[in-house]
Amino acid sequence: MTTKVAQPSPGLLDSLWETVSKPWTDKRAELVLGALACSVLVLIAGMVIFVFVKAWPSFSHNGLSWFGSGGNVDQQLDDIFNSTKTGHGYDYHLRAWPLLWGTILTTVGAVVLGLAVALFAAVFIVEFAPDWLRRVLDPVVRLLAAVPSVIYGLIGILVIVPFVGNHLISAGRKESVAYVVQLTGASLIVAVLILTVMITPIMLAIIVDALRSVPRGWTEGAAALGVNRWRVMWTISVRAARPAIVAAAVLATARALGEAIMLSMVSGSIGFAPNPLDGITFFFEPTRPLAATIVDRADALSAPPLGQTLYAFAAVLLVSAMFLSLAGWLAKQPLKKYGAGA
Amino acid sequence: MGRESTSSWPLIDRIGLGLAWAAGLLLCLVASAIVIYMLVRGVQFLRPGLLFSHPQPELDQTKSGGFLDPLLGTFILTVLGTTLAILPGVSIAVWLSEYARPFWLARAVESGVEVVAGTPSIVLAIFGLIIFSQRLFAPFSFTAEGGAVFGRSFFAAGAMMALIALPLIVGATREALQAIPRHVREASYALGKTKAATIRRVLLPTARPGIATGTALGMGRIAGDTAIVVILLGASLQLSSQGSGPILSTLRGTGSTLTSYVYNNSPAGEGNAPEKAYAAAFVLLLIVITLNFAVDLISRRRSAPAWNT
Repeated sequence: MTTKVAQPSPGLLDSLWETVSKPWTDKRAELVLGALACSVLVLIAGMVIFVFVKAWPSFSHNGLSWFGSGGNVDQQLDDIFNSTKTGHGYDYHLRAWPLLWGTILTTVGAVVLGLAVALFAAVFIVEFAPDWLRRVLDPVVRLLAAVPSVIYGLIGILVIVPFVGNHLISAGRKESVAYVVQLTGASLIVAVLILTVMITPIMLAIIVDALRSVPRGWTEGAAALGVNRWRVMWTISVRAARPAIVAAAVLATARALGEAIMLSMVSGSIGFAPNPLDGITFFFEPTRPLAATIVDRADALSAPPLGQTLYAFAAVLLVSAMFLSLAGWLAKQPLKKYGAGA
Repeated sequence: MGRESTSSWPLIDRIGLGLAWAAGLLLCLVASAIVIYMLVRGVQFLRPGLLFSHPQPELDQTKSGGFLDPLLGTFILTVLGTTLAILPGVSIAVWLSEYARPFWLARAVESGVEVVAGTPSIVLAIFGLIIFSQRLFAPFSFTAEGGAVFGRSFFAAGAMMALIALPLIVGATREALQAIPRHVREASYALGKTKAATIRRVLLPTARPGIATGTALGMGRIAGDTAIVVILLGASLQLSSQGSGPILSTLRGTGSTLTSYVYNNSPAGEGNAPEKAYAAAFVLLLIVITLNFAVDLISRRRSAPAWNT
């Protein structure tokens, strides 16, 4: 025993090296690879558990009214942050509705707009674009998908926001809501438009793949019956690709939900719930989604009460994104019949 | 389908066609606007000196230096993230396409990869912060005086970046493996090779362009990600290493990348130096575009596999 302990490393390393360098048996290869694959599931489970455990105080102190509205959410976040100094224990009081509402507005707005653009653009690319334009569009779409969100945010905050603030919002409109909120140009509409540009390529790629994989016989059969090319695309191909369109919308929603940096730069960063009853002013009102709130308050992540509140935001995002990813994955399954998994 | 005149189409169809053209041209317009604008600003503000000088915490923009450290940070983080992602990524892809037993487990892993792909990077950043703040992971960052683990370092950020690259590597590798015809595998078995040897000697070499494609895409995503950097890299302007040793200390230390440099120098951050932000954003855009279109070079260089001739 003692001799073994005296010289453990060379012998151990040698035998270890021998086992690894020897050609692997099938059994072992399958086990090792399978174990690595399963680590993904362990990781996801760990992610859910850790984030929720850390976020629990915020949820348990507020109950379901966490999701409700009431009061100024920025004030509440400040109070939570400052409650460490008062000595009366931690404050967790939070009504997160303005942030949730901001998330819903930006996400739904961008997905609806983006889906319309992506659908028409996909039909265009697959059927109507001249060859030279098709060759241009392929790198264009990849470029739009590749541009980092911080660059979108930079262009937004330095170009689009000042333009909207100086030219599109009249002084009268600014004055009309000045007692509630300042209209600077950093607004819901800018956030939605830039977010649309960011998520359209994701949807476009999925929809184009699906339209291309529609069996040729179906479209040719319709064309042989004298249906024009637009109707063939619209009534046959687009309908056949419906699962892909659903999957595209769902996956783009997940992406839009989690966009943080760009939105924290252009959405105005005020925990304000834009009110649709304000008419056109509604589009120019600032907001701030959940993800952007986490970035804005990132300094406080290690300070318990506000940190836990921010973890709670992350937990909400995590659960929504997980459900959306799973839904998108399920929606894509029928497509595999035609051999267009992607 | 032959070209037919659209003048005989019903009005609604012609409107639809017009919208399709509009959508296609709109995308081209937006993309060219972004590229041209960034190019003009880049040429206007990028000076070679910016690339080679350290950033300084000065309000005066003539003294605040360049972005050498963020550039190095982007490089370190990209390499670290892909290095960590490539082995598990390829393993998962091989398992999913070659073994995938039991069936339910394979479906679960497949959807699990989708879930990782769909998780917002800000949530990954939060998860990373929680994990790396645990006492167990103290060696990966540093421990503050009160005994609290800081949890922010190149290691922490790199590990979470690996999760961003992972789904891309899995997807590209799987696609490449599935494109290999069955009879290639059968020929290998017929020569007496085991399945494991077939994977190692036949399938993986053939799938190499696919793996490279996924890696390049993953690198592009890592270089462009901001949320993880802002939260997990400690946001120190210069690379500040922890402890001793040449490489490990840097990886344990904090720093910044081009993305966080752009963010901090935009009006949203503290720096408020749009010129520097534009210059850094231009460099970042070049890096990301290069990585994304490197994919084309990889796939173009791939000669047609022998069994297709």
